[in-house]
Amino acid sequence: MNSYDALFKQARLQLDSLSKLSSLKEDPLEVMLEKNHLDRRDFIKWAASITAMLALPGHFTPLVADAVKLADRLPLVWLHLAECTGCSESLIRTDSPTIDSLIFDYVSLEYHETLMAASGWQAEENLENAIKNYAGRYILLIEGGVPTAMNGQYLTIGAQARTGVDLLHHAAASAAAIFSIGTCASFGGIQAAAPNPTGAKGVDKVISKPVINVPGCPPNAKNIVGTLVYFILFGTLPAIDVYSRPKWAYGNRIHDNCERRGHFDAGEFVETFGDGGAKEGWCLYKQGCKGPYTFNNCSVERFNQHTNWPIGAGHGCMGCSEPNFWDTMGPLEKPIDSHLLMGLNATADKIGTTLLTATAIGIGAHAVASLFAKSNDRNNEEEQS
Amino acid sequence: MSKRVVIDPITRIEGHLRIEVEVDENNVVQKAYSSSTLWRGIELILKGRDPRDAGLMSQRICGVCTYSHYKAGVEAVEDALGVTPPLNAQLVRSLLNESLYMHDHVVHFYHLHGLDWVDIISALKADPAKASKEAFKYTDLPIATGEDELKAVQERVKGFASKGSLGPFANAYWGNKTYKFTPEQNLIALSHYLKALEVQRTAAQMFAIFGAKQPHPQSLVVGGITSVKDMLSPARLIEWKSKYEIVKDFIDRAYYADVVMAAAAYGTEESVLGGMGVKNFLSGDAFLLSRNKNLFESGIIKNGDLSKVYEIEDQKIEEDVTHAWYKGEKPLQPYDGITDPDYTGFIDGDTVNGPAKIINENDKYSWVKAPRYDGESYEVGPLSSMLVNYAKGNKVVVDTVNSFLKRTGLPVEALFTTLGRTAARMLQTKVISDNAITTFNSLIENIKSDQSTYTQFEIDPNKEYKGRFIGEAPRGTLGHWVRIKNGLIENYQAVVPTTWNAGPRDANDIIGPYEASLVGLKIEDPTKPLEVLRIIHSFDPCMSCSVHVMDIKGKDLTNFKISTMNGGTAC
Repeated sequence: MNSYDALFKQARLQLDSLSKLSSLKEDPLEVMLEKNHLDRRDFIKWAASITAMLALPGHFTPLVADAVKLADRLPLVWLHLAECTGCSESLIRTDSPTIDSLIFDYVSLEYHETLMAASGWQAEENLENAIKNYAGRYILLIEGGVPTAMNGQYLTIGAQARTGVDLLHHAAASAAAIFSIGTCASFGGIQAAAPNPTGAKGVDKVISKPVINVPGCPPNAKNIVGTLVYFILFGTLPAIDVYSRPKWAYGNRIHDNCERRGHFDAGEFVETFGDGGAKEGWCLYKQGCKGPYTFNNCSVERFNQHTNWPIGAGHGCMGCSEPNFWDTMGPLEKPIDSHLLMGLNATADKIGTTLLTATAIGIGAHAVASLFAKSNDRNNEEEQS
Repeated sequence: MSKRVVIDPITRIEGHLRIEVEVDENNVVQKAYSSSTLWRGIELILKGRDPRDAGLMSQRICGVCTYSHYKAGVEAVEDALGVTPPLNAQLVRSLLNESLYMHDHVVHFYHLHGLDWVDIISALKADPAKASKEAFKYTDLPIATGEDELKAVQERVKGFASKGSLGPFANAYWGNKTYKFTPEQNLIALSHYLKALEVQRTAAQMFAIFGAKQPHPQSLVVGGITSVKDMLSPARLIEWKSKYEIVKDFIDRAYYADVVMAAAAYGTEESVLGGMGVKNFLSGDAFLLSRNKNLFESGIIKNGDLSKVYEIEDQKIEEDVTHAWYKGEKPLQPYDGITDPDYTGFIDGDTVNGPAKIINENDKYSWVKAPRYDGESYEVGPLSSMLVNYAKGNKVVVDTVNSFLKRTGLPVEALFTTLGRTAARMLQTKVISDNAITTFNSLIENIKSDQSTYTQFEIDPNKEYKGRFIGEAPRGTLGHWVRIKNGLIENYQAVVPTTWNAGPRDANDIIGPYEASLVGLKIEDPTKPLEVLRIIHSFDPCMSCSVHVMDIKGKDLTNFKISTMNGGTAC
C-alpha cells in the first residue's frame, strides 16, 4: 500500500464516522446548491480545485466533495482577540466561485463578532451554548494576538470583563481543532513587534493544544477554507512546517513561483520605483522584496479572486506570513543585509565574486549568472547613455 | 431607582466596544458610558523604525478602513520630508480612496448596520409578488427584487430558519417593536443584504486593481505609488471602470433606494429621531478630482447652525484623559500628548441581566481618550462631511442632499438624527460614486503626457523632520503626526475618527457624541437593547482605530503647522 492509498483509506474512515453524526441542518448540500443556483458540476469543479490546492492526487476529488457535504456537522467558533478585523474582512471577500462563502454558510458559524446579529448578553450566550452543546466537536478559529501582560487585561470581552487570554483557554478546552487565522493569532503580529507593550503572543504560545497556523496579513481566504477542508477530510491536522503552517499552502517560497522570477533570473531589477523596469514589471528584490525568504502561496493564488497581489502591483513582498516579520524583515522597502542574499544588491553591479556565494545558497547558478550578465550590460548601457 | 444595562461585546463593528446605560423606571436612558476594552500600542511600536515603514505598519491599526492609515502614514512622512508625489500618484491614491468608500459604506450599511433595521424573520411572512411591486416605490429601477428572485431569497432563509440553528443570525432581537419595515420591505432589504455580499467582492476587486489586495493594500510608497504597470495598462483601467459601474449601479438602485425606504418606514419611530446629543461637527478635505481640486471641503459647524462654517484651527484640538486609562492631569494638544497606561478596570455591580463587572464612572473607564476642540466635543464622520459641505454650498453635495430631502419629504433638520446619520453615509457614498469617474478621467488625461508615478527623495540622518497628515476616512476625520530624527521615526501619533465619537467624558464632565446620543432614549426592553445598538452602529464604530498610544514623554512637537485641513482622505 503506498502512502496515498493509506491516506485515502484514512480519509474514507474519517468521513464514514462523520456521516454517522447528526446534521445541524436539514437540507443536504445538493439542496443548498440548487437554491443558490449552483449545479453539481460547479461543485465538483470546485472540489477538484481544492483537491489540487491541497496537493492531493485527482482521485481524492470525490472524497473532498464528500467532506464538504459533511461539513455541516462541524460548528465553528471564531474569536476576536487583539486584532484589526482584517482577517474577517479577507474571509468575506472570498467567493469566486460563490461556493466558498456558502461553505461558511453551511458550516454552522456559531459565534463571530463581526457578522453575528446578537450583541452583549445574547452574544455571550451563543458562545456558551456552542461550547457546551458542541463540546469536542467545534472548530475554534482565532483572529488576533493574545495580550498577556498586566494579567491579560489589555483586552477584556463581555459583561464579566473576562480577559482575552481567559476566554481563549475557555474556548480552546473543548475545541476539536484550533486554527490561528492570520499572523497575529499565529505569531503575535503587529502588537507583538518590539517593544511589544502588551506582551502579545501567538495562540500556540499560550495554550498547550496543537494549533494550526494560517498566517498572512491577512491570509488568503483559500488558505483558511483549505485548512478546514483538510481537517474535515482526514480528521487530523495537516502536515506542517516548523512554524505549524500547513505545508500544502506554505510549502513554497513566494520567490519560487513569482511572476517576476524570470526577471530575477535575467538580472532585470527595478532600480527605483516608477522607473523603466517598474513599468515593465521587473524584479523587486532591490526594492526590498522579501519573496525569497517568505513561505506562502500568494504568487499562485493572488488576492481578491486573482485580481492582483503586492508584487503584481509593483511593491515587494514584506514577508507577512513569517514569524516576527515586522522586526526581522524591516526596513520593508530595503533588501535585508543580514539575510541570505546578503550584499547582493550592493555588489551585484560591481564584481562577480558574490556569484559563488549566491549560488551556494541555492538560488540557482543559471539565475545568478544571468543576473550578473544582465546587470553588467545595463550598467554599460547606462554609462554610455 | 435607576437600572444599569451593560452591552459587551457590541458586535458588528470593528474591534472591542462596551456600552453601558442607566435607565429610569420608564426605561429612558439617563446616563450612558462608552468604553473601549482593547489596547495594542501600535504607535509606540513605530518608534525607532524606518519612516518608510510607517504606512504599512500603521495600516495594521485597522483592517476595515484598511488603506486609510496606510495613506495617512505615507503622506505624513511625505509632509515631513517635503516630498510631493507626481499627479498620477495623487490621482491613483484618490481613486483607491473612492474605491474604498464605495466598498466600506456598502458593507457597513448592509452587513454591520442592516440587521438593526431589517428583521429577517419577518421577511419570511412577505408576499414576494407584493414586495416586488413595493420596490418600485423607492426607485424607478429596482435591483434584485424580481418576484422570482425574492422568492428564492425567501426560500433560502426559510430553510435556514426552519433548522433551529440560525448560525450568525441566532439569538438576535427579532420581533422587537421598533423594527418598522413591513414583511415585504424586510424581504427587499434582505435580498439586498445578500446581493451586497456579492457587490462588495466586486468593490474589493476594483480596489485591488491598483492597490494589490484588499484588505491591507500594498502599492503606496513614500514618494508615490508602485502600481505603475497597472496604471499604464488599458486593460486594467477599463477593468476598474467596469467594476466601478457595477458598484455604482448597486449604490444608485439599492443602497439609495433602501435608505429612502427606511426614511419612509422609520420616519415616525421615536427611537431613531433622536440620537444627536452633540451638535458640533468637524470635517476635513477629501478626494482629489483633478489637479488641486477636491470633492469635499473642510470646516466646522457649531451648535447645529448651518448658517456659518468656521475654519479649523488645529491648536484648539486637545485630548483629555480624566476618564481614559492613561496618566495625565490636564488636556494636552496631540503633539504634546503623553500616553502612559493606567488601567483601573471595572467594578462589581448589578445590571438588568444580573450581576456583572460594570464601569465606575467616577474613575477611568476606557482606552479611548476624549478629544476636544476649543473645549467642546465634536462629531466626525459622513454626517459631518455632508453638513459642512452643505452649509458651505458645495454644489454636488447641496444638489444630492436636496434631491434626497425632496424625495423623502423630510426637512433639513431630519439630518440631525440617527436616521439622518445613516442617510448621510449613503449620501456621501452617492456623491463619491457619482464623482469618482472624474478622478478616473483626470488620470487618463494626465497619463497621455506624463507617466511618472514616483518622486525620489533622500532622508538626511543629520536632519530632523516633522510632518502630518489630516484628512477624511470613512468614519471621519483622521490625523497622523510624525517626527523623524537620525533617519528614524522618533515620535508618531494618530488621532482618529472613532476617538472623537467614542471618547469618554472629560474633566469638565462634557460628554462625547456616543454617550450624548443615547441620553433620553427610551428602550422597549432593557434586556434586549436594540435601540442602543442602532444608534451606536449609526456612527460606524471602529475601535482599534480609536485606541491609540503615543509615548511622547513630553517631547515638544509644537512646531507642527496645521493651518488648513488639506491632504485628502484616509477610517
